[in-house]
Amino acid sequence: MLAFIKRHEGLWLFTRSPAVMIAAIVALTIIIGAVFAPWIAPVNPYDLASFSLMDGLLPPVWEEFGSEKFLLGTDDQGRDMISSILYGARLSLIIGVSAMIIATTLGVGLGLAAGYFGGRFDAIVMRIADVQLALPAILTALLIDGIARGVLPPEMQQDLRVVVLTIAIALSLWVNFARTARASTFVQMNKEYVQAAVMQGQHPLRIMFVHILPNILGPLLVIMTVDLASAILLEATLSFLGIGLPADSPSLGTLIRIGMQFLLSGEWWILWIPTLFLIALVVSINLLGDFLRDVFNPRLR
Amino acid sequence: MLRVENLTVKFPSRFGDVTAVEDMSLAIGEGEIHGLVGESGAGKSTVGAAIIGLLQSPGYVSDGTLMLGDTDLRGLDRFAAHALRGKRISMIFQDPQTSLNPLMRIEDQLIETILAHEDMPATAAKKRAVDLLEEMGIEDAATRMQSYPHQFSGGMRQRVVIALALCTNPELIIADEPTTALDVAVQSQVLELIRRLADVRKVSFMLITHDIGVIAQIADTVTVMRRGKLIENGPTAQVLGHPQQAYTKQLMAAVPPLDRKIARFQVPEEDGLAAPGKSKGDAAEAWLLGGERDVPIGLTLNGINVAFPGVRTSIWRKPDAYMALNDISFDVTPGSVMGIVGESGSGKSTLAKTLTGLIKPISGTMTLGGAPLPGGRARSRHHPSRQLIQMVFQDPFSSLNSRHRIGAILSEPLWLYGLVEDKDARRALCADMLGLVGMAPEAIDKYPHQFSGGQRQRIAVARALLARPKILICDEPTSALDVSIQAQLLNLFKDLQSAFGLTVVFISHNLSVVRQMADDVVVLRNGRIQETGPSEAVYQTPQADYTKRLLELTPTMPSAWRA
Repeated sequence: MLAFIKRHEGLWLFTRSPAVMIAAIVALTIIIGAVFAPWIAPVNPYDLASFSLMDGLLPPVWEEFGSEKFLLGTDDQGRDMISSILYGARLSLIIGVSAMIIATTLGVGLGLAAGYFGGRFDAIVMRIADVQLALPAILTALLIDGIARGVLPPEMQQDLRVVVLTIAIALSLWVNFARTARASTFVQMNKEYVQAAVMQGQHPLRIMFVHILPNILGPLLVIMTVDLASAILLEATLSFLGIGLPADSPSLGTLIRIGMQFLLSGEWWILWIPTLFLIALVVSINLLGDFLRDVFNPRLR
Repeated sequence: MLRVENLTVKFPSRFGDVTAVEDMSLAIGEGEIHGLVGESGAGKSTVGAAIIGLLQSPGYVSDGTLMLGDTDLRGLDRFAAHALRGKRISMIFQDPQTSLNPLMRIEDQLIETILAHEDMPATAAKKRAVDLLEEMGIEDAATRMQSYPHQFSGGMRQRVVIALALCTNPELIIADEPTTALDVAVQSQVLELIRRLADVRKVSFMLITHDIGVIAQIADTVTVMRRGKLIENGPTAQVLGHPQQAYTKQLMAAVPPLDRKIARFQVPEEDGLAAPGKSKGDAAEAWLLGGERDVPIGLTLNGINVAFPGVRTSIWRKPDAYMALNDISFDVTPGSVMGIVGESGSGKSTLAKTLTGLIKPISGTMTLGGAPLPGGRARSRHHPSRQLIQMVFQDPFSSLNSRHRIGAILSEPLWLYGLVEDKDARRALCADMLGLVGMAPEAIDKYPHQFSGGQRQRIAVARALLARPKILICDEPTSALDVSIQAQLLNLFKDLQSAFGLTVVFISHNLSVVRQMADDVVVLRNGRIQETGPSEAVYQTPQADYTKRLLELTPTMPSAWRA
């Protein structure tokens, strides 16, 4: 076991940094909790029959009046906080991960092509990216949201909120991928193995995806992790501002927005518990991203 | 003056301590130039770093004595060692581009160094700096030293670096590959300067280099190292002229001579992994020779001009074109080896790229076996020349895709050109081809990083051969390799070329290497052909002044030194 770890640089570094190990454990716990929420959570917060107004605003179990039935207390509707958070994290992660995947696909595809072909195509793609970068992410999301509200029939709007939100977030994140992919592709284009492939007359798509892509995965993987954290935060921000998910299917951001109302009236747990949860999730993902960057970039070591 | 005894340097790693230098002893007298030779990984630079006290962390000196005069270098604390560096021992690095601060004037860098070690008024320091630069052969030093490093040429910059090393009157200068980045003409001037400083100023030099020609030319004494261990040391003429150790003999046999062409290098073929009794690549050889393989074809260039956009001086005007190649015309006889020599910036690589269709010439024509050969994008992906012309690149570390297994890299040309349709047959052929280039067939399932530079270059050769080429373009195929590996590869090229009747274009900056390989030779300078002809004629009776000078200035060893 030890010999195996020593042979793999990344694993070895991993065992040498406690902060990263803690981050990995936290992130993994949250992700498992979120994925298996329907089986783990005490109640289903979407099922109106499963909770009662009578249980509203109960504090966590260690406070006075806390109930063992609701370990982290309840919100004003009487929903169990643990269940809300697990289901909320599930939604946050679903949106974050899908947004990240869409952004990766779009950004890497365009960046790779821009780097490979250069010239006019490169200029056009990169100018679009610049414009995209000039628009704040929230503005992009508002724009997509507005368009969706105008275009989609009202009965579909509720069902498609998750999709709209995902697309909005993906659109504001792809630029990172495109820029990194393009810059890394430029570096690889000067490598002789690419010249060898061009010289042999291989198809450009093959050169791009079979030859270059595996060689630029390192930096992209780092951005994927860091951007996953951004995507989750962005979703939380949008939901917090009320343009994200509605209160009946709350994500972490929605929970925080609901909690805001109770901050000054003494029911701190409704705000603080989901907030701490979000912070733990984002910080641990970011720490893992930083760690990956160190592994892939020997110069920083 | 400098005495190193039983020096052992270790680097702790996660696999335990790695011994980089073991039981190394050498001595350098006053005004003596001591050469330290060895192949990459021999620990030459580590010895230098240990002496000057700049071992890269976490390396440490675990044993031995380091004495400079009466000072025990190992006994110094951090501050004493810092004070000694620059004052008594200086260092010259390989790359003059990076060892000067690009944002500081030469003047300030010199004065800063002088004042750091000596208490004198700035005007006196400036005076000393001017004198030093003039001594280094920089004319009009008082004005020139107002310039920034980028305003100096490579050779001038290396002179400034030497002046920096000298400005505190050190007793010992450690020069780590001081001329490797320089062209021969500049190299010979810098070497002359080093020799003069040793003779006149009595400065001792430790000259770390892999170039045996350089050592032969200027070193008084020499130490041969291998894998961190001392092989042999003593006066240069004795060690290199009458080597006692087998390794030194091998090393000397691997150095390509400039003054004659030898049929084969007498070196053991230990680099390839091929085990005796295993496949020697018979099937691959039969495959290459079989089929519709007809006569070798030639290559003709006629008035090729290649231009790159120059530096833009105004937004309104198109930048002037920079002519990378000027009116290049030559014929490569079918089945012969055409050598192309030139210094850096002469357009050698541009020529290779033009031949392979990566660069489009602005005018001129090329023909391949009589048929016109379009350049640049005009050569479509399906043009037959894509298969007929293959290339072996300079850098074995970037010419193979590090994410692909050897098998995938090798089989690419086979399916791309539809040479072998069956997957298993492709694999078998690739494995056998590895045998042909002197590697074990098991290499097929490994990744490029598991091989040394020489082995990778063999794989690159195998990839080129698997396309069934008729023309092989080699762009500096051995310049990234150690001499013994270079000798093995040159042997391999010779064998393959004669076995398969390949037409080879062999590009190199190394005159001696080209002499060993080429039937005809083209001498390039600044994108123009200086001289062309049969290689024996060009080497023996050069016509162009440029060729004469190149041949004269290339450091060589006395021919009597060879076995």
